[in-house]
Amino acid sequence: MMNRPTKTGIAGTLESNDCQVTVEPTNDDSLVIQIESVVKARFGKQIEMAVMDTCKQLELVGATVFVDDKGALDFTIKARVETAVKRSL
Amino acid sequence: MRYEPKLPYQYIESYEPRTYQENKTSRVNHEVRKVEDMDQLFDMIQLKDGMTISFHHHLRNGDAVMNLIMDEIIKRNLRDITVAASSVFPIHTSLATAIERGVVTQVVAAYMSGAVADVVSKGKCLYPCVMQTHGGRALSIESGKLKIDVAFIASPAMDKSGNISGRQGKAACGSLGYAIADAHYAEMVVAITDTIEPLNAFDIPKECVDVMLHVDSIGDPKGIVSGTTRITKDPVGLAIAKRTIELMDAVGYIKDGLSFQTGAGGISLAVAAQLHQKLSQNKIKGSFASGGITGYLVDMFEEGLFEKLYDVQCFDLAAVASIQKNENHFAISASQYGNPYNPKNIVDQLDVVILGASEIDLNFNVNVTTGFDHRILGGSGGHADTAFGSKFAIIVSKLVSSRISVVVDQVTTITTPGQTIDALVTDYGIAIHPRHSELIEQLKKTTRLSVVSMKELLDTANELCGLPQSVLPQEKIVALMEYRDLSVIDVIRQSEIPL
Repeated sequence: MMNRPTKTGIAGTLESNDCQVTVEPTNDDSLVIQIESVVKARFGKQIEMAVMDTCKQLELVGATVFVDDKGALDFTIKARVETAVKRSL
Repeated sequence: MRYEPKLPYQYIESYEPRTYQENKTSRVNHEVRKVEDMDQLFDMIQLKDGMTISFHHHLRNGDAVMNLIMDEIIKRNLRDITVAASSVFPIHTSLATAIERGVVTQVVAAYMSGAVADVVSKGKCLYPCVMQTHGGRALSIESGKLKIDVAFIASPAMDKSGNISGRQGKAACGSLGYAIADAHYAEMVVAITDTIEPLNAFDIPKECVDVMLHVDSIGDPKGIVSGTTRITKDPVGLAIAKRTIELMDAVGYIKDGLSFQTGAGGISLAVAAQLHQKLSQNKIKGSFASGGITGYLVDMFEEGLFEKLYDVQCFDLAAVASIQKNENHFAISASQYGNPYNPKNIVDQLDVVILGASEIDLNFNVNVTTGFDHRILGGSGGHADTAFGSKFAIIVSKLVSSRISVVVDQVTTITTPGQTIDALVTDYGIAIHPRHSELIEQLKKTTRLSVVSMKELLDTANELCGLPQSVLPQEKIVALMEYRDLSVIDVIRQSEIPL
C-alpha cells in the first residue's frame, strides 16, 4: 500500500548530531528528496541512501522530503524521516 | 615516563637569546611622545609599503585596536603590509578587508578564526601565511627572524609618562604576555590606551614605548570571554573528564607538587573542575597551573590547591580580577611561557597538560588548525608548546561529533606532532601512544580503564559514521605550519569548498 502525505509532517531538531525532516504533499506521484547537511562533502551519499531507503520502505509517494542535517548518524536520520512521514499522513 | 627530546629541533642551531636589558630597558631619560589623533600618529611613525606591523590579542574578540589601525591603513592606501598578530579573532573584519584589497599581503599568527581565516583559506592573501605557536612566535621575534617595524599595543591603562599596565582601566585584560616580545624588539612601539591614570604595577615599562595615543575605547572587555571558555554540560563530556582524572591518577601525577595546564575547551575545563574535587578531597597541593588562566584555575589557586599561577593570558574576567589582587598570580611573557630556547620556560616544567583536538591520527599527530575541508578554524596557540614541554600530554575529545570522527587515518594538517602526545581520552576508550608500552600493560592489568588502540577507535568511528569521502584541497599553498623551533612541519592548501 502506497503512503501519500495529506499535510506537512516535521520531526527532529536543528541541534548538533540531529536533523530536521520536513515532509510535504505534492500534486502528483513524485518523490522529491532535498538534503542540506553540514557534512555533505563527506557523507552526502550515505545521507541520501539513508533517506531513500526509509522512504522506499514506507512506500512513500507524492511527497517532498527535506532534510536539514546537522551531522546526524544514519539511525537518527532514518528515525526522523519515518516519524516525519507518519506525521504527514 | 619522560622521554627527551620529544623532537629534535631543526631550525635554529645557534640561537642565543638576547636579553631585554641589552635592548630597550637600558634607555636613559627616555621620553614617550604623545600624539593626539591618527593623522599625527601616522605622520610620526612613517609607516611604509612592505613593512611589518604587530598586534597582541589579550582583548580577544573584544579588541578594537587592530580594526582601528587597519581602517586607517586601508584609508591611506598602503600596500604589501605584513601583519604579525599573536592571534586573530572574528571581530577583526578590517584585516580581512585589507587582505582582499592587497593592503595586507601576509599574516603571521598563532591562531586565526572568522573572516580573516576565511579569506586566507580561500587563497586571497598574496603570500602564504605563517601559522606559529605562542612559544615559536616569541622565539621568532627574539631571534630576529620576524622583524617588526611597528608594534601597536592595546594598553588597558597607562600613566602619564607612558608605562603600561594590563591590570587597570576600562578594558583591563590582565597579563600582556603576548605583547612583551613585540614591546622589546619592534623598531617602533605605539601604545594605544583609553585610560590614563597612576599605575600600581607595570607590565611594559615606558622605555619600550615610543609613542602613545589616547582613544575613546580600546575594546570591550566582555569579549575576552569568547569562544570556548565554558565548561561542558554534556554528560558524555563529563564522563570523558572523569576518565581523564582516573588516567592522571593511574599514571601517578595526582600528587603533591603537580604542575598542570588545561586548554579552554569545554571538556578540558571539566577536567579542571574534577581535578579541583580530587585534589581537595585528597588534600593534595599542586605547585603551579599555567597558560591561559580561567576562573576554574583561579578557584583552585585561591583554595591553596596550587601555589602559583603563571599567566600568559587571562581567558576570563575572574582571571583578570585575580591577577589584580593575588601576589602569586604571575604575569609571564610568551617567551617565558613557551620559547623552546628560553632555558626557564614554563612549559618544560609542566607535568600534565589537557588539550583538545579537531583531528588526531593513527600516529597521534593532532590538528587544531583546520577542518577536514582544509579551511582554517584556529591554530596551535600553546598546543604544540605544551604538548612538547609537558611530561604527559592528554587529548580529550568525544570520538564522534556531528558525524565527524576526531580519530582519522591521517590528519588534514599537522599542528602538533604525534611524538609529543601521550594519550587520547574518548567516550569509546583511551588510546596511549605505543611508545609507552609498559604503561599500556600496567593500565590494562591494574585499572579498569578501557585502554584501546588508535586503530580500534578509528574502526569504531567508521562503523558509526560510515567511511567519509576525502576532501582534496586545491594546489595553492595558503599557509605554512611553523613549529615552535621555527621549522616548517606542514602546509595548508586552498580550501576546495566555497566558504
